[in-house]
Amino acid sequence: MLVTSSADKAADVKTAPVFAMSDGRVSMDGRLILRGIDLTVRPGEVVAVLGSNGSGKSTLIRALLGLVPLSGGATKLYGAAPAKFREWWRIGYVPQRLSVGGGVPATVREVVSSGRISRQSRFRPTSAADREAVTRALAAVDLSDLAGHPVRALSGGQQQRVLIARALAGEPDTFVLDEPTAGVDAESQRLLAGTLGALIGEGKTVLLVAHELGPIEPLITRAVVLREGCVVHDGAPPPAVGVHALPGHDHVHPHAEEPAEGHLRGWHLAEGSQS
Amino acid sequence: MIEIFTRDFMRFALIAAFLVGLTAPAVGTFIVQRRLALLGDGIGHVALTGVALGFLTRTQPVYMAVVVAILGAVAIELVRARGRTGGDVALALLFYGGLAGGALLIYLAPGESTASLNVYLFGSITSVQGADLAVMAVLAVFVLGVLAMYGRELFVLCQDEEVARASGLPVRFLSLLIAVVAALTVVVAMRAVGLLLVSALMVVPVATSQQLTRSFRGTMALSVVLGLAATLGGLTTSYYVNVPSGSAIVLLSLAGFVLALGLGRFVRRGSWETGKGRAA
Repeated sequence: MLVTSSADKAADVKTAPVFAMSDGRVSMDGRLILRGIDLTVRPGEVVAVLGSNGSGKSTLIRALLGLVPLSGGATKLYGAAPAKFREWWRIGYVPQRLSVGGGVPATVREVVSSGRISRQSRFRPTSAADREAVTRALAAVDLSDLAGHPVRALSGGQQQRVLIARALAGEPDTFVLDEPTAGVDAESQRLLAGTLGALIGEGKTVLLVAHELGPIEPLITRAVVLREGCVVHDGAPPPAVGVHALPGHDHVHPHAEEPAEGHLRGWHLAEGSQS
Repeated sequence: MIEIFTRDFMRFALIAAFLVGLTAPAVGTFIVQRRLALLGDGIGHVALTGVALGFLTRTQPVYMAVVVAILGAVAIELVRARGRTGGDVALALLFYGGLAGGALLIYLAPGESTASLNVYLFGSITSVQGADLAVMAVLAVFVLGVLAMYGRELFVLCQDEEVARASGLPVRFLSLLIAVVAALTVVVAMRAVGLLLVSALMVVPVATSQQLTRSFRGTMALSVVLGLAATLGGLTTSYYVNVPSGSAIVLLSLAGFVLALGLGRFVRRGSWETGKGRAA
C-alpha cells in the first residue's frame, strides 16, 4: 500500500480532477473501441456520456475506472493511475445490471451492505456506522420494506435501485452509473432523478452513461457525446427541445454540427442493451 | 446404537464426516455463486496425480495431494482469468492430464496398482487413521478461518468481479485464495467421498438449500446443516446396511435435493414472490 510521502502530494490529490484521460485508446479483440479520448471530470460536475449503441460509452467509463486496460494514452483517478489508486471508497460504481451469478440467493440488505466493502477493514466486524449507512441507503431508494427479500425476486427497476443503494452505502464522493435509466420503469426513473438530485445538492460528482436521459435530463451540467469511439461533443448539454444551436458550446469540433441535429433523445438511435 | 461410537475406526470416521460436512458446503456456496461448480471436479482429478505421486515417492499420499491440488487449482484459476474463450477446453485438458497422470504414476510405483487408488477415487471414510485426521482437521480449520476473514470480500468477488475491482479489492489475490481453499477442501473431503464424488458435497447441499432460502448467509448455513446430515447420515447408514460410505453420502445428499425441489415451490409461492407484486 502506498503512503503519500509529502503533504504537497496529499494536497495535489485533493484538488486533482476525478477523472483525467488523455489520448485514451481502447481496443478489444483487435478492434479499436475508443480513440483519442481527452476527458477531464472535475469534482462537482454532473456529466452524461451520450451516444448510440456501440459508440463506446460503457467502455469509456469502464476505462476511466481502470476496469478495461488502455491500449494507448493514460488515465488518472483522483490524480493516480488506476493500478496505483488506493482511495476506492471515493468511487461508487453502479453497473448496468445486477449480476445473478451462480444463483445463490442474496437479500437486498446483503447486496447493499456489500457496498461498504471499500470502507471496511478485513479484521473488523460490521460496525454500527456500516449498518446506519446501509439503512440510509435503503431508505434513499425506497427499498426499506424489501430489505429482507431476495434480489432475484425483484423487478428490473427495483434491482437497479438495489445497485444504486449499494453505491450509496459506501458514501463515495463520485458516482459512476452505467445506463441507470435503461430498462427501468417510469417510477424508478423518477426516483433515480430524486436521489441523484439530492446527491448533486451535496456536491457529489456524477458521471453517467445514458441512452435516454428521461427525468434526469435537467440535472446534467455537461454532456459528452461519443460517436464511433470519438468525442464529437463536449460541453453544455444540447437543448432538450429540437433547437439547432448549442448555446454555451464554446469550442468547435470537426463534427460539432452532428449532435445539433435534434434533441437529446436523438442519440438513442437503436433500442436494446449496450455493452 | 451406542456401539457406533465405541469402535475406534468409527469414531475417527465420524469426526472426518463432521469436518467434511462442515467445510465442503461452506466453500461450495462461494464456488457455486462464482459459477465454478465444476472446479471441485477439476481439482479432484488433478489431486489424483498427487495421490499417486505420494505412493511413488513413498510419502503420505495426503501431503502430495495437498501440494498437487493447490498447483492444479492455481493453474485452473490462471487459465480462467486469462481467457474467456477456450477456458473450459483448457480446464478439460487439465482434468484428463490429472487422471491419466495418476494412473500412470501408480503403475510406476513398485507394488502398487490402480486398485490402490480406489480408496481415493471413491472414498473409504472408515479407513481414516489418526494421522489423516490430523491433516484433515488442520486443513478444515484453515479453510474455515479464511472464509471467516475474507467472507465479505469473497461475497463481492463471487457476486460481480468488476464491482469487486471498482471497490479496490485485490481481485487476483482473492481469486487465487478461493481456488486454493477449494483445493484444500477437496483434500479434506477425498477420504470421505472420494475424488470423483468430492464436488458433490460442495455443490449438492448448496443447490438444495438455495431452493429454500432467500439470503446468502442462510444458504450457507442451511447447506452446512444439509452437508452434515448427509455425511453423518450416510456414514451411519453404511455402517448398519453395509454399503460404501461415499455413495451413501452422495445419494443421501441428492435425495435431499429432490425433496427440496418439490418443497421449494411451496415455500416460494407462499412468501417472497409476492414482493414482485409490489409497485416497482
